[in-house]
Amino acid sequence: MKIGVPKETYAGEKRVATTPEVIKWLQKLGYSVSVEAGAGSEANFTDAAYSDAGAEVISDTKALWDSADIIFKVRAPDNNEIELLHEGQTLISFLWPAQNEDLLKTLAAKKVNVLAMDSVPRISRAQKMDALSSMANIAGYRAIVEASHNFGRFFTGQITAAGKVPPAKVLVIGAGVAGLAAIGAANSLGAIVRSFDTRPEVKEQVESMGADFLLLEFEEDGSGEGGYAKTMSDEFIAAEMALFAEQAKEVDIIVTTALIPGRPAPKLITADMVKSMKNGSVIVDLAAEQGGNCDLTVPHELTVTDNGITIIGYSDLPSRLPNQSSQLYSTNLRHLITDMTPEKDGEMIIDFEDEAVRGATVIKAGEITWPPPAPKLSAAPAAKPAEAAPIVAEEPKKPSLFQQSLPMLIGAGVLFGLGSVAPDSFMQHFTVFVLACFVGYMVIWNVSASLHTPLMSVTNAVSSIIVIGALVQISSENSLLVGLAAFGILITSINIAGGFAVTKRMLDMFRK
Amino acid sequence: MSEGLVTAAYIGAILLFILTLGGLSNQETARKGNYYGMVGMTLAILATIFGPEVSSNLPIIITTMVIGGAIGLFLAKKVEMTQMPELVAILHSLVGMAAVLVGYVNFMGESSLIGVEKSIHEVEIYIGVLIGAITFSGSVIAFCKLSGKMGGSPLMLPARHWLNLGLLIAVIYFGYDFVHQGHMVDGNPMLPLMIMTGIALIFGIHMVMAIGGADMPVVVSMLNSYSGWAASATGFMLGNDLLIVVGALVGSSGAILSFIMCRAMNRNFISVIAGGFGTDTGGSSSGNGEVVDQGEVIPIDTDEVAALLADAKEVMIIPGYGMAVAQAQHTVNEITKVLRGKKVNVRFGIHPVAGRMPGHMNVLLAEARVPYDVVYEMDEINDDFPDIDVSIIIGANDIVNPSAQTDPNSPIAGMPVMECWKGKTTIVLKRGMATGYAGVQNPLFFLENTRMYFGDAKESLDAVLKEIL
Repeated sequence: MKIGVPKETYAGEKRVATTPEVIKWLQKLGYSVSVEAGAGSEANFTDAAYSDAGAEVISDTKALWDSADIIFKVRAPDNNEIELLHEGQTLISFLWPAQNEDLLKTLAAKKVNVLAMDSVPRISRAQKMDALSSMANIAGYRAIVEASHNFGRFFTGQITAAGKVPPAKVLVIGAGVAGLAAIGAANSLGAIVRSFDTRPEVKEQVESMGADFLLLEFEEDGSGEGGYAKTMSDEFIAAEMALFAEQAKEVDIIVTTALIPGRPAPKLITADMVKSMKNGSVIVDLAAEQGGNCDLTVPHELTVTDNGITIIGYSDLPSRLPNQSSQLYSTNLRHLITDMTPEKDGEMIIDFEDEAVRGATVIKAGEITWPPPAPKLSAAPAAKPAEAAPIVAEEPKKPSLFQQSLPMLIGAGVLFGLGSVAPDSFMQHFTVFVLACFVGYMVIWNVSASLHTPLMSVTNAVSSIIVIGALVQISSENSLLVGLAAFGILITSINIAGGFAVTKRMLDMFRK
Repeated sequence: MSEGLVTAAYIGAILLFILTLGGLSNQETARKGNYYGMVGMTLAILATIFGPEVSSNLPIIITTMVIGGAIGLFLAKKVEMTQMPELVAILHSLVGMAAVLVGYVNFMGESSLIGVEKSIHEVEIYIGVLIGAITFSGSVIAFCKLSGKMGGSPLMLPARHWLNLGLLIAVIYFGYDFVHQGHMVDGNPMLPLMIMTGIALIFGIHMVMAIGGADMPVVVSMLNSYSGWAASATGFMLGNDLLIVVGALVGSSGAILSFIMCRAMNRNFISVIAGGFGTDTGGSSSGNGEVVDQGEVIPIDTDEVAALLADAKEVMIIPGYGMAVAQAQHTVNEITKVLRGKKVNVRFGIHPVAGRMPGHMNVLLAEARVPYDVVYEMDEINDDFPDIDVSIIIGANDIVNPSAQTDPNSPIAGMPVMECWKGKTTIVLKRGMATGYAGVQNPLFFLENTRMYFGDAKESLDAVLKEIL
């Protein structure tokens, strides 16, 4: 089958759905690939690079759409592009079916297959094709870059000859993929980063990225289906707003990433809070496209308020790192198509048994198959049962006085019994034996674990002291006994020489 | 040389042997300790040879000692470090055999003892031969298992516990018979002694046969302990304090090692010796039909491994028996050197039961010239994992299994494990998805931050080394 990669038509869109690197992979799967001329130019992929990778570069848009069986795109198709689709063709791109029902219907009327990259279910197995996470990661990173670009100071604190520079304070609201990426980027620039999220289970992730997790004194868990957040109660929101109001006075940068699937973005930063911020502070609103988390956000625009607060409402942050985002997006696409090409023969199969493919498919042969049945497994709640079953450390029962003293009593009894029958000479040897056991016990506990092997080989050599037993018998009159004793000396000598030599060899190897 | 001088020399030898064991408390003093051992042994042998009990046959002594010494040195020089467990096992068998020989010779020699002293002496002979024979046959089987001449899986005879009990009762009966016959004028005590020797040999074979591959550290240290007790029993038999003391030292050393190994597996000594681990545990969470969907493993290829290592600041390497099998320790050292040259803090974490004998991994790493101050014990580094960027697991499985902590039904529940999953990324080198020795599936492989790097450990690491150079 042939994969076509057209140039993105949306104004300002710099991404491209396939990179030359991925084309090589697609060819390994048995596909041929054609790329529209100039498709990757904004993302620094030249036409030459595509043709070197084995793709056919076509300058006629219509010819490209006509010849391809599968279309890889980034943005949802516009009206012109929908015209170019032909029956039986498969389109894979972002689509947002929940927000674009009309588009869905129009596409269905064209009798095509459509897979929406934004509908890939959030299950562990499909992580490699999760384009939303890839893009969110980039958006989070870029949000900090944009913020620092519009912020008049260092992020990191410094003590310089010209005085002390305090570090910037960054608040990241919402610790999803984008939020965590923003935390990471801000932290590596040296800022003091704090983060808030309604889902308490992300605390660990936030802290692992180097930020402080702000806790509300409130009992409510905001984890919703599929690892997203859900809407919270009014009391919770009030407490949350109080926290933000307090933080707004203190921090220099606010990055908001709060989104609830299928709903307008919650308003978290009010006009009053913006007013209370320090002059020169920056707000980056990653939820701008869904209405924004800040009252004053103007979607797609950068605005400056009267009191000098910059509010960034860009909705194309991934496209502002076009090379990176094209690379990740095309790799996500590549993983999806790999799953759909089980035979690696260049024939794509839409298999509804495959949960990831089922979730992504919104139209199959002109029939709308969205929304998909709920995925069976979610990554986030799966961790719960494991935590719920910690091993209960069995409290050792405190032995009674009798149990404690029982071994001693037995030992004393045995010794008494032995002493009453055994002759004096035996008891003398026995004394030596017991003392030697204790000396051995004391000495061995000090041996370092790394020297256990040498310990064994040297004790092995030492236990060949049994050679003495053979030596004292060698002067017997009986030649059979002499022979046996001689054999005993022979084998213990092997042991003595071998044991000490191999111990020496080993110990010589240990070095700093 | 008079009796007094001989005793004085023996006291010197005893002190030197204690210093030998004491010297092993750290690497700096260990070499000196080994020399103390050699001096002590030489002193003891010379004192005996020139003492009153040896009056003839000096040429035989010299000949046998020279031949035996040459064989021993040859073995010590030739052995590969990965074969150390086998060598130690076969050397133990020699001690066991010597104890049997000395016991027989002593029994057949003339004795002037009568009454209770004679009974005690015979019991001493009997016990010495018993322990010696078990040590001998058990060590031979351990050697065969460790060297791969025999399969590692435990041999499960039906009613094996009853069999052991029966053998034990037989041993006690023949012991009584042996002493009894010895007191009769026309008694033949040789017969029960020989029967018992046969039983002890069978018992040793059966005991080690029933123990599986990964319990070998316990077996090897246990046989180490037995060889000490055998020497001690011989000491009682001969009335020789030197043998008693040295045997007791070695015996308690081996016993403590066995105890440490058992504790590291959270198992009790009796159950290890009773054998058959991993086959009779019906309570395994994944083994009884209820198959938990573990998800999918994420494979990784060579350049991704190299990239992860290049970006890491803290790397922890956790070797297991697989590293010994693949002989990958030299490559591991090369990688360590390259990474340390790039200011990556590479450390090694050693689980007490990694490998087939106590301290096995340390010796392999030392052979590959990994400096010992970057090699840590589990307890020293287990708290550091949250700061580790990349952990590399080389041929280990059960010692990094998180279900030991999370799944109370797991056969390895409660066993201390290396908590590598707390680090940022874990790379697991493995040939395939087979379970570890305990037969337990390892949830570590399915974690989100775990990457599986399939293939032979040595070839894989060689490829990684080429990438990071």
